[in-house]
Amino acid sequence: MATTFTLNGKSTTVEVDPQMPLLWVLRDTLNMTGTKFGCGMALCGACTVHINGEASRSCITPVSSVAGKKITTIEGLSADGSHPVQKAWIEEDVPQCGYCQSGQIMSAVALLAKKSSPTDADIDDAMSGNICRCGTYQRIRKAIHRAAAAQTAK
Amino acid sequence: MAPISLLDRREFLKTSAAGGAALLVGFHLLARASSDPAEEQEKPPVNPLNAWVRITPDNKVTLVLGKSEMGQGVMTSLPMILAEELCVDWKQVKIEQAPTNPKIYDLGTGGSGSVAGSWLPLRQAGAAAREMLIAAAAKKWEVTPDTCKVQNGYVVHGHPERSFRYGELVAEAALLPVPNLREVPLKSASEFTLVGHDVHRVDSASKADGTARFGIDSRVPGMLYAVIARCPVFYGKVASFDATKAKSVPGVRDVIQIETSGRGASTTGGVAVVAENSWAAIQGRQALQVKWHEGAAASESTEELRKQFVANASKPGKVVRNEGAADAALSSAHKKVEAVYELPFAAHVCMEPMNCTVHILEDHAEAWVPTQGPQWAQSVIAEIAKLPPEKVIVHTTMLGGGFGRRYQADFVMESAQVAKATGKPVMVLWTREDDMQHDFYRPASYHKLQGALDSNGQLVAWKHFQTSTSIAAKWREKGSEQPEDGEFGTGATIPYATPNIRIEYTLAHSSAPRAWWRSVEHSSSGFVMESLIDELAQAAGQDPLAFRLQLIGDSRKIPQFGGGPNDPPLDTSRLKAVLQLAADKSGWGKTLPKGEGRGIAGFFSFDSYVAAVVEVSASPKEILVKRIVCGVDCGRPVNPNGVRAQVESAAIYALTATVKDAITVERGRIVQANFNDYEMVRMNEAPPIEVHLVLSDEKPTGIGEPTVPVIAPAICNAIFAATGKRLRRLPIRAEDLT
Repeated sequence: MATTFTLNGKSTTVEVDPQMPLLWVLRDTLNMTGTKFGCGMALCGACTVHINGEASRSCITPVSSVAGKKITTIEGLSADGSHPVQKAWIEEDVPQCGYCQSGQIMSAVALLAKKSSPTDADIDDAMSGNICRCGTYQRIRKAIHRAAAAQTAK
Repeated sequence: MAPISLLDRREFLKTSAAGGAALLVGFHLLARASSDPAEEQEKPPVNPLNAWVRITPDNKVTLVLGKSEMGQGVMTSLPMILAEELCVDWKQVKIEQAPTNPKIYDLGTGGSGSVAGSWLPLRQAGAAAREMLIAAAAKKWEVTPDTCKVQNGYVVHGHPERSFRYGELVAEAALLPVPNLREVPLKSASEFTLVGHDVHRVDSASKADGTARFGIDSRVPGMLYAVIARCPVFYGKVASFDATKAKSVPGVRDVIQIETSGRGASTTGGVAVVAENSWAAIQGRQALQVKWHEGAAASESTEELRKQFVANASKPGKVVRNEGAADAALSSAHKKVEAVYELPFAAHVCMEPMNCTVHILEDHAEAWVPTQGPQWAQSVIAEIAKLPPEKVIVHTTMLGGGFGRRYQADFVMESAQVAKATGKPVMVLWTREDDMQHDFYRPASYHKLQGALDSNGQLVAWKHFQTSTSIAAKWREKGSEQPEDGEFGTGATIPYATPNIRIEYTLAHSSAPRAWWRSVEHSSSGFVMESLIDELAQAAGQDPLAFRLQLIGDSRKIPQFGGGPNDPPLDTSRLKAVLQLAADKSGWGKTLPKGEGRGIAGFFSFDSYVAAVVEVSASPKEILVKRIVCGVDCGRPVNPNGVRAQVESAAIYALTATVKDAITVERGRIVQANFNDYEMVRMNEAPPIEVHLVLSDEKPTGIGEPTVPVIAPAICNAIFAATGKRLRRLPIRAEDLT
């Protein structure tokens, strides 16, 4: 069955099982591997993408449910890694293994879209769905504050 | 642990495919510095201008990375060492993963040994390449090399200055004789422009834009995806299976039984569902019907294991270390403390679940593997493919976490088995449940410690009995030597001065697979040593820091118990310095509000010294870890920024193991399956971590792991300071606080 949605600004149609989670459509059907598989149960946040601007766990989102919607993945954040959140991640040396960081960044971008100057409590609320086994939390927190400052300064 | 000959380390890769003792011995030594001159001489000279450094005529410099990047930052720190001696512009260098060629590279990555073990060899390689470039320039100019110098990728000479780009020299330089590595001039520390300075990670950009390629991101034309049904019970086997329903799932191509293997890699075997995409494979496995022979392990449980522990602890164990007369000193002591400490199985839980992609063709094979042991992966695939190892090309991808888990080759062997059966490129993908339930766990252990003080507060006896499901017992051949020696790590090297030491061990039986979990045996040794010493401080009525410093006593060098000739001794002055550093930076001794407390712990492991002060607030219902302050001496920090990141990382890893869940066993299977029942510390629970480094000129030592052992005891000691409750069982449970 065909499902059509907007992916990183482009209209995209896939012919797959409508129950197939968006995660696997992205990774295996479309070969867009920046979005990661971590748990398959929306527990870790590695698969986070934006669906109509909301941070969403693509591993439990049947592709049929995103028909007609706008999806943004890590690949769609910027053409050249220049999004303020990506730049802050690099400046704070956030990633270690890096596997969770696509999801962390997508959650952080969604947070900053809602709150331009988030407090530590806002960061706790928005980011606690994303596990980092390398324990980069304190650098993530700093990077979010840095990105917020950079965006506000613009 | 008996002194281990250096031969074992080099034999590791040759013999590890056959399993057995060499594997274990090899792992511990694999990452150790290969700075033994005798060993270096035996190796044929490797031309650094091919092996480690590649320069194009237009001066593009590529440095080769001979270890796996799993988050620990070796993709940055190791090339920094080469670039330092080579004298090239760091901003211009590119980094390339080394091929699997055991003649040149020792690719095994673990034991916190990458920087420690590569420090001298990479300096020598970089310096040799530099000297060869200088020699080539000197030849062209018809001058002596000592009149030439190097500057940022150029060899320069004379007044007025003339110069050659490295790229103009490399073709001739590569043909010159390789200098004797032991005599090649190395930079002095005062000349370092990279080493010792904060350098940004080279892999951040690709990890911030989704382009970093992990194993799971491998894509090969025509590839298939497989998920394997494994018996939930340890060592259970397939009795029969019905693939009808699985094959009716759209996208499923095939269902294949694969055999258990104990050879080379320890795999469970099972039934693989091969499909056009990962989702179809997962769905297919759900539809698959398998009957298992569960086997003898089906009666095992955590409860039963604890009964073994308690029974073992009621009898003496095998003596590992005995000096003086600890039992006599204990019985006549002024004050005596006895305590039992317990640690559960722990899972690695790399964020990237295990996976491996293999394509076996007639005359060669190719594999994309997120592995800490590319050479082992190569030999395992070669054996399945019936090809010579050099015909197996292993691409080491980025690793989405390692922590010791990715040293195993079980996931590699399974992938090779499925690839062999299908004849197609296949990725075997593990789900989170597979990853958590078929791990090689940190052993569960039970420790009875006794310490005695005389009337002056001096330590007159130290006794440590341990019973555990050892790692060695899982891997050694049946009937070979008992595994007790290595189960204490540096926990058998007591920094607290005492004339009477007795250490005993009894093996407990379990079928649960065990292996190296971040910091290995030190995660338990550090906990029990630094908990008991705190209990003794309390018994002596002394401040825990002052008590430690007093018992460590004079500055002296204590040989590592059971260590080999290359293992540096425990330097008590360095241990005291990190304790004092952490204490000073944390405001040790300053009053805290009621319900809050500070705890301290210091430990020597992986040849490094780490101390932590933790601040907690604790109530009967919850614990809040408010702050972690670490003092660290890992010798000269190559990239201090990376060192701090590793300390932060290990602190959170250890915090999770201290305050979250245990891995438990029921009916011979692991109970926990995903992040809902094996939880991780998250953003809202992550305390600020301050890392303070000792500025050291000593050679670099390990940093990925040695913070792990101090976190649990510092937390439990802080909880004691806050509440008066002594916690002796990990992870901490709410009922232990009431």
